[in-house]
Order: sequence, then structure tokens, then C-alpha cells
Amino acid sequence: MLQIQGLTKQFGTVRAVDGVTLSVPPGQMVGVIGRSGAGKSTMLRLINRLEDPTEGRVLFGDLDVSALKGRGLRGWRARCAMIFQQFNLVGRLDVLGNVLLGRSYAVATPRALLKLWAEQDKAIALSALEQFDMGLLAAQRADTLSGGQQQRVAIARALVQQPDVILADEPIASLDPRNTRTVMDALRRINQELGITVLCNLHDLDIAKAYCDRLVGMAAGKVVFDGRPESLTESEAHELYGLEAGEVIDLPMPVQVPAHVASARLADRRAASAH
Amino acid sequence: MVTAASSLPQRRVEHLDAAYRTAVRAKRRRALLFAAAFAVAVILAAISAEVDLLKLADKIGNFTSYLGRIFHLDDGRLVFADIGEWYWGISKWSRLLLETLIIAYVGTALGAAGALLVCFAAAANLMPKAWIRVPLRRFLEFCRTVPELVFALIFVIAFGLGPIPGLLAIAIHTFGALGKQFFEVAENIDMKPVEGVTATGASWPVAVRFGALPQVAANFVSYALLRFEINVRGASILGFVGAGGIGQDLIEAIRKFYYSDVSAILLLIIATVVVIDLVTEQVRHRLIEVEARR
Repeated sequence: MLQIQGLTKQFGTVRAVDGVTLSVPPGQMVGVIGRSGAGKSTMLRLINRLEDPTEGRVLFGDLDVSALKGRGLRGWRARCAMIFQQFNLVGRLDVLGNVLLGRSYAVATPRALLKLWAEQDKAIALSALEQFDMGLLAAQRADTLSGGQQQRVAIARALVQQPDVILADEPIASLDPRNTRTVMDALRRINQELGITVLCNLHDLDIAKAYCDRLVGMAAGKVVFDGRPESLTESEAHELYGLEAGEVIDLPMPVQVPAHVASARLADRRAASAH
Repeated sequence: MVTAASSLPQRRVEHLDAAYRTAVRAKRRRALLFAAAFAVAVILAAISAEVDLLKLADKIGNFTSYLGRIFHLDDGRLVFADIGEWYWGISKWSRLLLETLIIAYVGTALGAAGALLVCFAAAANLMPKAWIRVPLRRFLEFCRTVPELVFALIFVIAFGLGPIPGLLAIAIHTFGALGKQFFEVAENIDMKPVEGVTATGASWPVAVRFGALPQVAANFVSYALLRFEINVRGASILGFVGAGGIGQDLIEAIRKFYYSDVSAILLLIIATVVVIDLVTEQVRHRLIEVEARR
């Protein structure tokens, strides 16, 4: 159980995250929605401890995440893998090398520095890649791949950490519709088959509704909605997105849109807005 | 007459022209004031430094006559008349020149290795802890502000005459100079890969090794090569204080008035530096090209 209690992060005078309290049971797929600047990204970074909270804390079971330091903190980061909008791979390293970096907590620092990865770790990394049909690209440099491929490498890197939680910060915001679907399907599969808790920041409400068990809506650093996707009313969505509401919800959503319908609609909308 | 623009009424043109002249006059006045201030500063500086142009003109002959003398052999012939006689000490000088190159090479390598190890801990984006970063930067500053010759003198006293003190002096100065250049390069990297690696639970050295180093490696090599060029020049005068290399024969020749030896050694040094400059410049340009293609 991941528990967030009164979590606050202040940058200067701005409260990016403002007293957020949430608890996420294991195995849930949570979509964090809201406009850009609502504090979604900062919240995930606080959970992984890429940022330190100003107030409040994060608990995972009995573990007080916000008090961790040194090796304990690294252990937590390994348990809660992070996926980024811009993939954050090492562009000049090959694909397998990038995935193996997911083992860097489990491996002693000198071995990792010299890339002396164990055969077993290589096997884990290759099988993670192969799950996303990327096994044959293992020797290719990461920056030669397409965005969708890079994001799948990033997901494979997250998986070899053998995490309990995956935090995905706008994982599809830089991708085209087809890759959007591949990546979201991958996250959903990880969540369902491996029981890994997924917290996924999304600014796209359709996608969030199609893929997540639960939606958490954020505005100005605060949680303004928390419930099942079908219980999000249009007025609540309006509050979440403000003036953007017209763009975000163009049609009333039927309950539980199947994934392929939602992404097809998304593709249509993207195509329409591109003209 | 055909003009591109339709002409304005005369009064309007006069008005605009006057405004333009005023603006230009103000600009010109400012430029003149600046030039005058600059000239006054130069004169004041010259007076306080006891620069005496008359004396300079008076003694310039000594300089040219010295130049003339170093290009004549003891028997009065021009040095080019008897290359063998001019370069009588070539085997000894080559050995000393090689020693100079080795001092520069090993000193640069040691200094660059040290700079590589510490530079990331001095970069503000990679090392948030000021109590590590700030003292480290001050230390780098100290290493590069004390002149090599001063370090060399101190080490000659400590370790005795020979190449070791020179090598250490070059290494320390290079450490300070490259350390600063390296961390400034490191501060301009893209932080996304570093965050990506950090978020996996990697230790700081691993995050830096994979997130930062690949982005800066080519730049670091380029700076180290440039520093090698500088160090070859620096090492050639370390012998002045007994810290090894060709410098010790050069200063001896100057002090004991072995005129043709001075020109022989100087030309040898110049030729070597030119060759090294050309070679490293080639390599650096190739590196920059490789980097640009990425």
C-alpha cells in the first residue's frame, strides 16, 4: 500500500504540490489527470524522491520513504521505477546497456561503472526487451530509435528493476497515436500480469479513462477528484481542465470505453486537429 | 528623376534630418569621450609603470644586435653556413627536448585524469551539496592561479633537480585549469539521462558515468589536447629553475653568452611546438566533427 500524507512541495512562493493525501492499494492502475502545471509531475518526482518534499510524507507499507537516505533511498528508487515523457535514456549507449542500467542498484558500483554485468542480468534485460519485440535491437544505439521504441526501452529498464510500483510521467505525450497505444498497452499489461502498481500522469482524459482503474484529478497542486473513471462527471472534468474542457471532452464518454475505441478516437482527433 | 520613395514635404524632411543629425552627433560624442578616456588611461598606466619611449627607442638597437649575434657562429660566420657546427649539440638537445615532451605529456595526463575524477563533483547541476562543491572549486582555483614556475621552484627544493618537479608542477596547474573547464562543460549537459539513471536507484558515480560522461567525453579530450599544446610551451622553460627539460640548456646558453646555441635551441622549441599544435589541432577538429554529426 502506497500512502501519501499531506505531501507538499514549494518552489519559491509556488506550491507545486499542496497537501496531497492519497492511498493506493497494490496492483491498482491510477491515472493522474489535470492540466499541465497542475503538479502531477512534481508529485511523481516526490514519490521517487527525485525531489524532496517541503512537508508531508510518503509511506510504502511500513517504509517511510521521505526519511530515506543513501543506500536505503536508492533501494526505494529501484522498487519504484520511473518512466519519463522524454524517455531519459542514455542516447549514446546501446539499448541493452540502457536496460541493464535498471540493474544498477542490484549490482555493486564498481562493476556497474565498468559495465561488468552478470550473464543473468543480461538474460533478464534481453527477456524484458523481447516482451516488447525489441530483442533484436539490443545492440543499437538508443538515440537512433523512434520515440515509441525508446519509450519501450525505458519500460524494459523499469521492469528489470523488478519494481513494486511504476511511476509514469506523461509517458505518451511525445508519441504518435499508434505508439501511444503500444506504450499504454504495455503499461496495462505490466499492471495486470505482474500486479505492479502503476501511477500514470496523463493530460489526455480519454486515454486515462480507457486504461485506468482509478482517476486522480489534480488542479493547482491539490487533489480535486478521486474515483472511478466512470464517476467523473462532465462538470468535474470542466473544473479540472478549465478552458481546455471543450478540447479535451468533445463527446460524452460511454462507460468503460474499450481501449481500441478510445485510441482510435484519439487518432481521429489528433488527425483533425493537425489539419 | 525617379526615386524609390515618394518625396515628403520639404519641412518634414528637414525635421527628420535634424533629428537624425542630433542622434548621430550624440553617438559620435560618446565614442570620442570613450577614446579620450582610454588614451588618458594608457598614458597614466605608462607613467606609473615607468615606460620610457625614448629609452625604448634608444635601446632597440641592443635587441636587434642581440638577434644578429645569436645568428652568428663564434668565428663570425652566419649560422646557416655550417649547420653541423650550429647544431653541434643536437643529440643532447634532442634528449632534453624529448624530456620536455614527456614532462608535458605525463603532466597533462595526470592533471587531466585528476580533473576528470573531480570535475563532476564541482558542477552545480550534478552536485547539489555546496559543502563539497565550493571547497573543491576553491582548491581548483588555487591549483591554477599559482604559476607553474613557482610550483616547480618549490618542488625542486623538495625533490631536487630533474624532470619530476617539472612534471608535478605541470600536473597541478593542468588539474586546476582543466578541472574548471571540465566542470563548466558538465554544467551545460542535458540532465534527462542523469535523472533517468538516478531514478533506477543507481549510485551517484554510476549516474554520472552513464548519464553525464558520454555527453562530455569528446569535449574533455579536446580541452585536454589544447592543454597539452600549452604545456609543451610551459615545460620548455621549466628548466630555467632546474625542473628538467630543454629549458636548462637554454638558460645556460643565454647566461653564458653561447650565442648560436640560443638560436639553435629556440628554433628547435618553436619547430616542436608548431608540429604539436598542428597535430593536436587536426585531432581536435576531427573530434568536433564527430561530435557535430551526432
